[in-house]
Amino acid sequence: MTSIWRRRLRDTALFVAMSALGVVFVVPLLFMVVSSFKDDAAIFANLDSWSAYLPSAGWSMRNYAAVFDKSDLPSFLLNSTLIAALVVCGGVLVNSMLAFTIARMRWRGRSLVLALVVAMVIVPFEVIAIPLLSLVAQLPWPSFEHGRLVLHTGWFNSLHVQVIPFLANAFCVFLFYQFFRDIPPELDEAAKMDGAGPWTIYARIIMPNSGPVIATAAIVLFISAWNQYLWPIMVIQGEAFRPVQPGIQQFFGRTNSWGQIMAYATVITLPVLAVFLAFQRQFVASVAGTGVKG
Amino acid sequence: MKIKPGQDSPLAVAAFASPAVALFLLFVALPLLLAAGATLTNHRLMSPEPTRYVGLDNYRRLLALDMALVPPLRDARGAALRDEEGVRYPTWRQVRTLHPTLGTYREAFHLDLPAALGGSRVVLAASDPLFYRSLINTFLFALLVLPLQSGVALGLAVLVNQKVRGRILFRTVYFAPVVTSMVVASIVWSFMLNTDRGMLNELLRGLLHDPNAGPDWLGDSHYALPAIALMSAWQGAGFQMLVFLAGLQSISPELYEAATLMGANAWQRFVHVTLPGLRNTIVFVLVSTTLLAFGLFTQVDVMTSGGPLDSTSTVVYHAVRTGFREQDVGYGSTITLVFFVIVLALSCLQRMLVSKGEKS
Repeated sequence: MTSIWRRRLRDTALFVAMSALGVVFVVPLLFMVVSSFKDDAAIFANLDSWSAYLPSAGWSMRNYAAVFDKSDLPSFLLNSTLIAALVVCGGVLVNSMLAFTIARMRWRGRSLVLALVVAMVIVPFEVIAIPLLSLVAQLPWPSFEHGRLVLHTGWFNSLHVQVIPFLANAFCVFLFYQFFRDIPPELDEAAKMDGAGPWTIYARIIMPNSGPVIATAAIVLFISAWNQYLWPIMVIQGEAFRPVQPGIQQFFGRTNSWGQIMAYATVITLPVLAVFLAFQRQFVASVAGTGVKG
Repeated sequence: MKIKPGQDSPLAVAAFASPAVALFLLFVALPLLLAAGATLTNHRLMSPEPTRYVGLDNYRRLLALDMALVPPLRDARGAALRDEEGVRYPTWRQVRTLHPTLGTYREAFHLDLPAALGGSRVVLAASDPLFYRSLINTFLFALLVLPLQSGVALGLAVLVNQKVRGRILFRTVYFAPVVTSMVVASIVWSFMLNTDRGMLNELLRGLLHDPNAGPDWLGDSHYALPAIALMSAWQGAGFQMLVFLAGLQSISPELYEAATLMGANAWQRFVHVTLPGLRNTIVFVLVSTTLLAFGLFTQVDVMTSGGPLDSTSTVVYHAVRTGFREQDVGYGSTITLVFFVIVLALSCLQRMLVSKGEKS
């Protein structure tokens, strides 16, 4: 009897501790979402009580209407969506192809390439940022004008400058490599007997069996592309190609209305939260895996 | 080239590997090589003047450091002059006339020796004092955020690892800030850290029953960096929690049973079974958190712009300020490269620690 009570007591204590910590982690986000539905007077009036985190009188969509009306949020959302979609699709393709050669093909030098990929995982983007800035300033980009091919110098103020440098991702190559390595070799040996080439094995056997790691790589690429800040503030000057994170920073500097700022923040946070919640299980599993093995 | 039996054709390998390899070469390797070259020039982003080779000038400008020992101002009898702020020292201008070797250097930071040691002021002067200030801030930030974030993450992982109802929900809640962008997190926290109306100070006032309690978090040079560290730990702890959780789940339950049979209590089991079992995970978490801490930029740019009094300026912030905002690519690349060497040294340290652990 006593051991049951001790167990109940322990479980209750754990639950209380976890809830208390949960409050710390959720309060800023809850405050962001709740405040986005209130006008500024209500936000400030509610600050010193629990009502800061609860719906109150005057609950409305006015902040959202104002943000969509007076800022360029819709076009920034479109830019970020395009950038993230292109980075995810292109990134999954090129990184899984490189990982395929390391994990499933036999050739000299693949262990060296793997070592280089692992080494690149620890190179932070901040190290590349300034040198990359002066590189893309000199890169050519083709365009058609009056039916003729013209080369322009410099990639500034475009979508491709926010996409192409982020396609190859060492962390994603490593994720794919780990997963491909553990797929049983019998799967592609049978296909090789039938004369299947590497492309068939990659497209028909390996990739269709790699759902979880594709989901993980897609989430990693999506979150990093959607949350880009340092790079776009350096390479995007006008409004036309600006993504959402520099967008909210600019809005934050220009507006005094906290309700509108919180509405803006909620709009640009929800897509990432939704993607994460949808693929949570695969994501948790593979993020955890890298830490133990790597 | 001869293909050994059992090897794939180089053509097929090249076809699969080349897109990613080309992108890595173009956007990782080439920029680093160009940066190494740019550090030796006065290259600017948009400049009508041609780029010129300047040798090691950028490194000299960045790293040059000198030290001066400045005695306090004394009265006729030789006693040190004091005012309400303590012992009085000559101004920097006066010091420079006494020490002409200091040239155009400016004070980076100083340390006042106690009277027993002569009471002099040790002044470190640099040609770019802001770089040294930023370097120190970056290390300070890492020292603050590292124990806070990893400690909290370990605690969360231990909690979420218990067989309690709702642990999946709690895991999601703790992880939610990681999915929130750093810009959004910084903006929401700027509000929470507000002196007069911010939640943190409201809470402090309530707890201390003092209507004036609570510092000016982002406006006071003593509190701004710790405040940013607090917010960064909040944003990032969920990620390390997942990594720790996997480490915890890889420890064999038999070890815990054996320890319980030997009469170990919960704390002893944590110290003698959990911590040794997590060794590699801990090293991984510490190093990845350090690397993240060294890249500190977004929080500073959104919340404080490096201020107040440069107390939150960091190495990356300084690199962006010079390399991008002042368009001085040569100098910005020099900062970047020095930063890269520091990061590289830190990760080599990780390798050494990990391989040492495997041997023992």
